[in-house]
Amino acid sequence: MASLRSSTSRILGSARPSLRFASSQVRAFASVSDLSKEASQNQSKTNLSDGAKASNTASGDKPRMKTFQIYRWNPENPTEKPRMQSYTLDLNKTGPMVLDALIRVKNELDPTLTFRRSCREGICGSCAMNINGTNTLACLCRIPAEDSHDMKIYPLPHTYVVKDLVPDLTLFYKQYKSIKPYLQRDTPSPDGKEYRQSKADRRKLDGLYECILCACCSTSCPSYWWNSEEYLGPAILLQSYRWLADSRDERHEERKQALNNEMNLYRCHTILNCTRTCPKGLNPGLAIAEIKKEMAFSA
Amino acid sequence: MIAQRLGTTALRRVTAAPQNAFFTQNLARLALTSNLSTTQSRAVATQKLTAEDARALLDAQRLKRPVAPHLEIYDKKQTFFTGSIWQRFTGAGFTGLLYGYSIAYLAAPLIGWHLESASLVAAFAGLPVAVKAGAKFLVAWPFVFHLFNGVRHAAYDMAWGFNKRVIVRSGWYLWGASIVASLGLLLL
Repeated sequence: MASLRSSTSRILGSARPSLRFASSQVRAFASVSDLSKEASQNQSKTNLSDGAKASNTASGDKPRMKTFQIYRWNPENPTEKPRMQSYTLDLNKTGPMVLDALIRVKNELDPTLTFRRSCREGICGSCAMNINGTNTLACLCRIPAEDSHDMKIYPLPHTYVVKDLVPDLTLFYKQYKSIKPYLQRDTPSPDGKEYRQSKADRRKLDGLYECILCACCSTSCPSYWWNSEEYLGPAILLQSYRWLADSRDERHEERKQALNNEMNLYRCHTILNCTRTCPKGLNPGLAIAEIKKEMAFSA
Repeated sequence: MIAQRLGTTALRRVTAAPQNAFFTQNLARLALTSNLSTTQSRAVATQKLTAEDARALLDAQRLKRPVAPHLEIYDKKQTFFTGSIWQRFTGAGFTGLLYGYSIAYLAAPLIGWHLESASLVAAFAGLPVAVKAGAKFLVAWPFVFHLFNGVRHAAYDMAWGFNKRVIVRSGWYLWGASIVASLGLLLL
């Protein structure tokens, strides 16, 4: 599909190449958003004479510089210690989110900067990282415009670093696999169609199914930092509870027994960094508490 | 869809040979676009690895990967000032105090120390007021903190109070209330 688009634009897009050429002279990336932002700023000032000047440089806005300190480590030179590298951007020319800033750094300042990103709207969970001390998704984290402090960006805490801001999440995914995150049933549905559940039962899954497994909560948990080999961590326990709470699942007891040991579940000490950090506004702490409560009252 | 694809492949073939007479009127435009090629090209050559070699390379890299910074960079409000870790510190402190005092009390007659209540009270009464107040606070605050946070943890066990705002606020209330209450205990 991509090749299709490129070839047609090369032949049929007669007016576009020259247009694109002109805009790339001004600025390589995201010039459209800059212009619209500038227009809105000018409108808010009701300064129409400035609004007529369409180029980036002509407007009288004074640059709002912001420095980003970013964790760097390159596997090509493994003996070199990880370091913090500073990049300064003008926020007037940058999108509102941290991911916009990172993409601009990569496009315009340093193409060696490495990070994961995909959807830029908080649904894929790729750009999870530690920003100013808290784990979050870069695409959902606004750049605080008013304070002049440097922004510090690290990979997810206590993960093995593959490169720069890319953590190794192999263990996290293995743990996810270990809880059997799928519907387990032996009896077929009575009418041979899909497995149905009542609206009330479906409502129990709200706040659980939205988890995108970005690993922000698990890597915010000090207990998971020290015991990640055995403790499942908030994200995986939230997923466990998602299957425990599902009325259609028939392996409820087995799932509970799998968690009923010292390490997998009970390393949670209700520190609750998970709930405070979740970029999707979910509550892993509550899910873990519900599992513990169910264990306590049923055993 | 298939017809469309056929058409585009044909077009692509034609564009691959720009000297074609059909495209002569477009030559200038093609020259312009050739600068901003839409296809990607890589200067770096890649080489094929066998599965075993790839695995060995990955394992070698994994051995050298650094651990991302954690305690030193994470938000201090959520690591050093969270109720949970101070519950542990205060609990461990009191446990240590209990064991230490009990063992010392057992050993006191042998060593010749005077750890009887009456002599301790007399010794404490002889200290300056500031030291008395400080010592009292050092015992009172951990006790009150542990008590209040214990109630909070019992509520957590019942799955109460997990709202994000409640978590943050009850954390600050805990610090405030424990300091106020331990200052109150000082006056006893």
